[in-house]
Amino acid sequence: MIWNEYHECMDRQRLTELQGERLRDMVERIYFNVPFYRNKLQEMGIEPGDIRSVEDLKKLPFTTKQDLRDNYPFGLFAVPQHDVVRLHASSGTTGKSTVVGYTHNDILMWSEVVARSLTMAGVTRDDIIQVAYGYGLFTGGLGLHYGAEKIGASVIPISGGNTKKQLQLLEDFGSTAIACTPSYAAYLGEAIAEEKLDRSKIKLKAGIFGAEPWTEEMRTQIQQLLGLKAYDIYGLSEVIGPGVSMECGFQHGMHVFEDHFIPEIIDPETCEVLPYGTLGELVFTTVTKEAMPLLRYRTRDLTRLHVETCECGRTLVRMEKCVGRSDDMLIIRGVNVFPSQVESVLLEMSETKPHYLLVVDRENNLDTLEIQVEVEEQFFSDEVKELEGLRKRISGNLTSLLGLHASVRLVEPGTIERSMGKAQRVVDKRKLK
Amino acid sequence: MIIRQLSVFLENRAGRLTELTGILADNDINISAFSIADTTDFGILRVITGKPELAEKVLKERGFAVKITDVIGIVMRNKPGALHHALQILTDNGISIEYMYAFASGDDRATAVIRTDSPKKAIEVLQLHKMELLKTGDVYQI
Ligand SMILES: [Zn+2]
Repeated sequence: MIWNEYHECMDRQRLTELQGERLRDMVERIYFNVPFYRNKLQEMGIEPGDIRSVEDLKKLPFTTKQDLRDNYPFGLFAVPQHDVVRLHASSGTTGKSTVVGYTHNDILMWSEVVARSLTMAGVTRDDIIQVAYGYGLFTGGLGLHYGAEKIGASVIPISGGNTKKQLQLLEDFGSTAIACTPSYAAYLGEAIAEEKLDRSKIKLKAGIFGAEPWTEEMRTQIQQLLGLKAYDIYGLSEVIGPGVSMECGFQHGMHVFEDHFIPEIIDPETCEVLPYGTLGELVFTTVTKEAMPLLRYRTRDLTRLHVETCECGRTLVRMEKCVGRSDDMLIIRGVNVFPSQVESVLLEMSETKPHYLLVVDRENNLDTLEIQVEVEEQFFSDEVKELEGLRKRISGNLTSLLGLHASVRLVEPGTIERSMGKAQRVVDKRKLK
Repeated sequence: MIIRQLSVFLENRAGRLTELTGILADNDINISAFSIADTTDFGILRVITGKPELAEKVLKERGFAVKITDVIGIVMRNKPGALHHALQILTDNGISIEYMYAFASGDDRATAVIRTDSPKKAIEVLQLHKMELLKTGDVYQI
């Protein structure tokens, strides 16, 4: 099923023309309504009339998260406040949070892209969907909610947390779909196993998981635990929220809704635009958003784009699962390390689960990496040589994948904090010194 | 003859052992004998108690990684050469020892707790040589 065949399967030539028209309109709107962008464009000697097609996108300036912070809270809004019907904010780990605004049309557009996304996961009006993303300033809950309602599915706005209630409703209401973070999905799956719930009462067939990085191994684990097909949804509040791109049933990457969000891949160092199939930083231009349009917004997510038409018939480009955020990327002794790499090693090993913490430190001017891994109850041996052997195997696998020595410390089960939202997997003590 | 020993994974972290002994005390579980194998990062506590199942349950509830391991106990006269005699029997029969620890029982006797990969065979050969073995019921009396 395709929600909007006209836009999702559009001939790419026609799509490029549509993007060009929308880009021209957008540049005009921000030039006249957002002083920040007008100043930037004027500095570069660009006038709205200079932008005629998508080809001209590369002449335009980038927008960064810092620009959003500098213009906190409403400095980048392109409409008067009375046209803004919704505000969301993302939690800032450092300093101010970033605020995003939506007009009524923006909410409609967002519902549309989420409806397309849910349809890709096979969700229809006959489904009961448990939205276990947080409702509130975070875009996850309300984003999925509006899209699911647009489809006509029955929405359970349970929000995040409260695992007991989640399990009860899964059983009592017979929810057929669930949307939450992948780490919470794994947590729920483990809770089902622990509580020894009657699996025949769990009717889940599709899971829509996003808002944090996860691996293929984690997908397999969640699918086994919850007995559903797990789909990857991508989004960021600055661009719209969840629903910027989504996996179809063939799962060859996430289709980007290019009629609303124009993606580019750039070299994060030189900012040069890279061709399809090349790894680089993902950049979005929101051509239809009214309240807070963003020009070439640097997501910091590292991925590749593929343009070949998908088996599902959609012509929209597919983005690979992000290999990491350049924010999350740790540079340890000159080597790039992503927490997701550690996770994939632990998931591949049958004796470990992905409960881990990276501790980076500096001793005598040399970076050190310690990875704490929980001892799994069933693999706990009371012989030192067995545990030492396990520790060495984990360390060896990590060292060969990361290309950097990683020492492993075994810790007691349940001592590494389970994240209910975005996973916090790194303690970088170097920054504190 | 097989004694159910409690094995607990312990991080080398201040107060963790005290926490564990506290839980056992609160549940009226007596520690008859114990040993700790430790490395720089972690330790394994091995406990002989009259109530291994209860101890396993209460410790699991409190988040410890716990395992019941089968061991045997050889009761010997507390005198030179007694341990050597017992070990010689095991060695002669090709039984290897993973680990062991011993404790004196006060009345001129000592007990060696032994973990081997073939406890049944060990019991067999030790009985053949008329060695006295610790019985489950004895654990309450240690
Ligand atoms: Zn597809």
